[in-house]
Amino acid sequence: MRRTARDSEEMNQRLNRRTLMLGGAMGAMIAVLGARMRYLQVDQADEFKLLAEENRINIRLIPPVRGLIQDRNGKVIAGNEQNYRVVITREAAGDVDLVLRRLASIIPMTAEEMQQTLDEVNSLSAFVPVTVRERLSWEDFSKVAINAPALPGVVPEVGQSRRYPRDFDFAHVVGYVGPVSEKDLEGIENPDPLLKIPKFQIGKIGVEKWMEDTLRGEAGTKRIEVNSAGRVMRELERQEGDPGTDIRLTIDADVQNFAQARLGEESAAVVVIDVTNGDIICIASAPSFDPNLFVRGISHADYNALTENDHRPLANKTVSGAYPPGSTFKMVTALAALEAGVATPDTKVSCPGHIEFGGRRFHCWKRSGHGTVRLERSLAESCDVYYYEVAQKVGIDKIAEMGRKLGLGQKFDIPMSAVTEGNMPDKLWKLERHKQEWRIGDTINASIGQGYVLASPLQLAVMTARIASGRAVMPRLVRMVNDKELPVSDAPPLEIPPEYLAAVRQGMHEVMNGEHGTAKSSRIAEPTMVFAGKTGTSQVRNISKAERESGVISNDDLPWERRDHALFVGFAPYDAPRYAVAVVVEHGGGGSTAAAPIGRDVILRALYGNLPPLEAYPSSQRGRIETMLKELPLRDPVTGQPPVKTET
Amino acid sequence: MSFLEYRVKFAPTGIRKVLYLNWPLVVLVTAVASVGFLMLYSIAGGDLDLWARPQMERFGVGMVLMFIVAMIPIWFWRSMAGVAYLVAFILLLVVEFFGVVGMGAQRWIDLGFIRLQPSEMMKFTLVMLLAVYYDWLDPKLVSRPLYVLLPVLIIVAPTVLVLMQPNLGTSLMLLLAGATVMFAAGVSLWYFGAVLALVVGAVVGVFTLRGTPWQFLHDYQYKRIDTFLDPSADPLGAGYNIIQAKIALGSGGWSGKGFMQGTQSRLNFLPEKHTDFIFTTLAEEFGFVGAFSLLGLYALIIGFCLFAAWQNRDRFSSLLIIGVAANFFFYIAVNLSMVMGMAPVVGVPLPLLSYGGSAMMVLLVGFGLVQSAHVHRPR
Repeated sequence: MRRTARDSEEMNQRLNRRTLMLGGAMGAMIAVLGARMRYLQVDQADEFKLLAEENRINIRLIPPVRGLIQDRNGKVIAGNEQNYRVVITREAAGDVDLVLRRLASIIPMTAEEMQQTLDEVNSLSAFVPVTVRERLSWEDFSKVAINAPALPGVVPEVGQSRRYPRDFDFAHVVGYVGPVSEKDLEGIENPDPLLKIPKFQIGKIGVEKWMEDTLRGEAGTKRIEVNSAGRVMRELERQEGDPGTDIRLTIDADVQNFAQARLGEESAAVVVIDVTNGDIICIASAPSFDPNLFVRGISHADYNALTENDHRPLANKTVSGAYPPGSTFKMVTALAALEAGVATPDTKVSCPGHIEFGGRRFHCWKRSGHGTVRLERSLAESCDVYYYEVAQKVGIDKIAEMGRKLGLGQKFDIPMSAVTEGNMPDKLWKLERHKQEWRIGDTINASIGQGYVLASPLQLAVMTARIASGRAVMPRLVRMVNDKELPVSDAPPLEIPPEYLAAVRQGMHEVMNGEHGTAKSSRIAEPTMVFAGKTGTSQVRNISKAERESGVISNDDLPWERRDHALFVGFAPYDAPRYAVAVVVEHGGGGSTAAAPIGRDVILRALYGNLPPLEAYPSSQRGRIETMLKELPLRDPVTGQPPVKTET
Repeated sequence: MSFLEYRVKFAPTGIRKVLYLNWPLVVLVTAVASVGFLMLYSIAGGDLDLWARPQMERFGVGMVLMFIVAMIPIWFWRSMAGVAYLVAFILLLVVEFFGVVGMGAQRWIDLGFIRLQPSEMMKFTLVMLLAVYYDWLDPKLVSRPLYVLLPVLIIVAPTVLVLMQPNLGTSLMLLLAGATVMFAAGVSLWYFGAVLALVVGAVVGVFTLRGTPWQFLHDYQYKRIDTFLDPSADPLGAGYNIIQAKIALGSGGWSGKGFMQGTQSRLNFLPEKHTDFIFTTLAEEFGFVGAFSLLGLYALIIGFCLFAAWQNRDRFSSLLIIGVAANFFFYIAVNLSMVMGMAPVVGVPLPLLSYGGSAMMVLLVGFGLVQSAHVHRPR
């Protein structure tokens, strides 16, 4: 088929027309694409840049190092230790099962632990490291490191974890840390983002809890680049946080250790306060527990053992225990009577062994009676009838006022958990609390620290410190924050005439040093450290009518939980008071036998700054004391290591 | 038609042909391919051997093929058109039944030394056959229904086979390139108008009948359309690719983050970053300036092709060049529309840039045909 030239020319023109149209259409499309590019990359660029940053950068927190808690001399009570742990990453390990089995042949691992790790590894993304074992010994840790070539994906790591080197001694004071719980977060308005880090540990009780903000520090941040799967590609920027602030307590770790050892397995508490500035030198509650168990996650068996123990190791008896102060309360009644003018130090009261009020008979502890008693002897021999007599003249409201002035019935602001207010009752309190009128019998019970009166060992120590110094001493637990001394303001003088305080102190001197003093066997022989104090024995049971009729039953015949509490308060030296001490031995029996000796030993330990020399004790007791001191399981004063138990 | 029609005596012969090549086109193609090597090197994080080197080797082989094809007279290729189409068509049938399944679709025949993708071969053999057809056909008959039906069959038969693989992207390309050749050949605009109206009607029908018992598509297919229209509705599912591509692109800004400094593409936020989505890396690292320049280079290539077609007074040659150019253009347009969020995600590579050997080589052979037509054009 031949085409004419004209045909061919026309054909070509048509083709060229169409080509032109095509070119135009394609050009238009390219223009549209160009416009879209401009829209995305120029007009919308800022928005997409922002989105890209979010895509790319994650901010991770770096947990700060927690502040140390030290004793008054800088000995570490709560520190941080290297936590050697082993983590495994599925991606790098390949055959996780095989690697774990190899690992188990190097470090001790139970089949259960292996299975747990395996499950966890398989449930997470391949590149997420999973902790296999924590708190490895250095030896095990080294073994893993050396065998690294045979253990693909296994990485030995070093982290920080809390450690309490003086475990039992400070469990109640310092408390412990633990992982953040839902409950912890509930109360906080704007929780620190740190708290959301898995397994981040915060203070649960004690100083760890109440000074959490100081101890925690500020989180650092690292900006990391991640890909869409969340894998960390590299670290872009690292901003170290501020480590937590160190705290120094007022407590002397060695005195605390001595006190804890001296209390032994008794259910007891002892508090020593520096009379001059309120520093709490020791505040020990027994029996105690090992806070390190809680940091690691306590086992059910261990926890049940602690909760089922009738000596209540978990309770901090020094501040949470509210006990009837018994005869240690008599100074309060005496001072109230003196100040009210219903008695002078020379006022005589006759004690026939009991007294009758409103048809009820109130006994003195000494059934045969003390005869004629004045203030000094009433304290020294702890005559109850003297206080029955003066108290009904003073009235409960004035006694309560004096009690509060001396520190009872109030909650001290110290960073410890479950600090009790105790109870200093008055007429209004009973009306509000029990909807009943105050009765004279209530006053009589209160006058000797029974009935409604309740005080914690800390409050009793403060009371004693105030009597000894004549000033409103406030207890203090923290001495330094960040190596700076916290200022101590001078305690204001108590508004009690000094001669009355002197008379009461004289009576307390006689308790320990008088011929008939109830605690004379606990006196200090060293003349520069003369001891003054007061014993107390408080009933924990309601005495039944049958008991009252059959007379006092010896404590030894009662089951432990129904025996009397033994109490003791004291201060030394008598002429220039330095320390005040308060001791409570739950169900210990008599204050003079169970509590006073502990008070003497602990205050001597504080006064001497070392183990008290035998010369401080009366010569007749030295043999017994020597044995007792030798057998105390004390820590090494330098290393803080507990004594090595030797089989005898 | 005989060879004599081509006024052979005016056509250059021997090695002198090299001088008559369309050199601007060669330079432009090499320039765009070089941009591709740079991007592949960057995406691999500075690893030359991962993608860039194999791509360069294939480009080298492809260029040699292009020159060989260009040196052979166009009338030889013209005489091969029917055979080539038939071979490609048979191979398409073979993959349909014996092919290797890769990426969820049957696409290639593994011959051991090379993976043969018949759908790629079909791209230009289809265009060639159509060009032969319209060269043969009396222009007066071009718009007669019967003579329109025949090329439609030539286009639709392979398109359906490719669609069944399933490879929506390539089948769309075949359809569009074929239609363009028909358009250029002078088929009445009424046909195109009618098809366009039919398509629009179908789209409207699809949407208006949605939710009724007569709906055209499956629910999941509707969902895909939804995702395209509003990617943020399903940001971690199907809309993910589009959103991430737009973020990478947009964050490049005016001048980009710099070579090797792209974050989005390198961090695996982007799928198929070295193949279909390679443009996002370029746009992220070189910004609007770089992306627009690339668009300019592409426009120049298409422009030179169309000018060559316009220049060429041989009908077969013109149509062939237009077919190759249209194919090239539609790949670019669909790919860029997709990564810029203007079209649904269909697997279409960006010519000369995306990693992939056979597409690159077939494209260069296509340009070889263009060169051959240019060198041997009637003067």
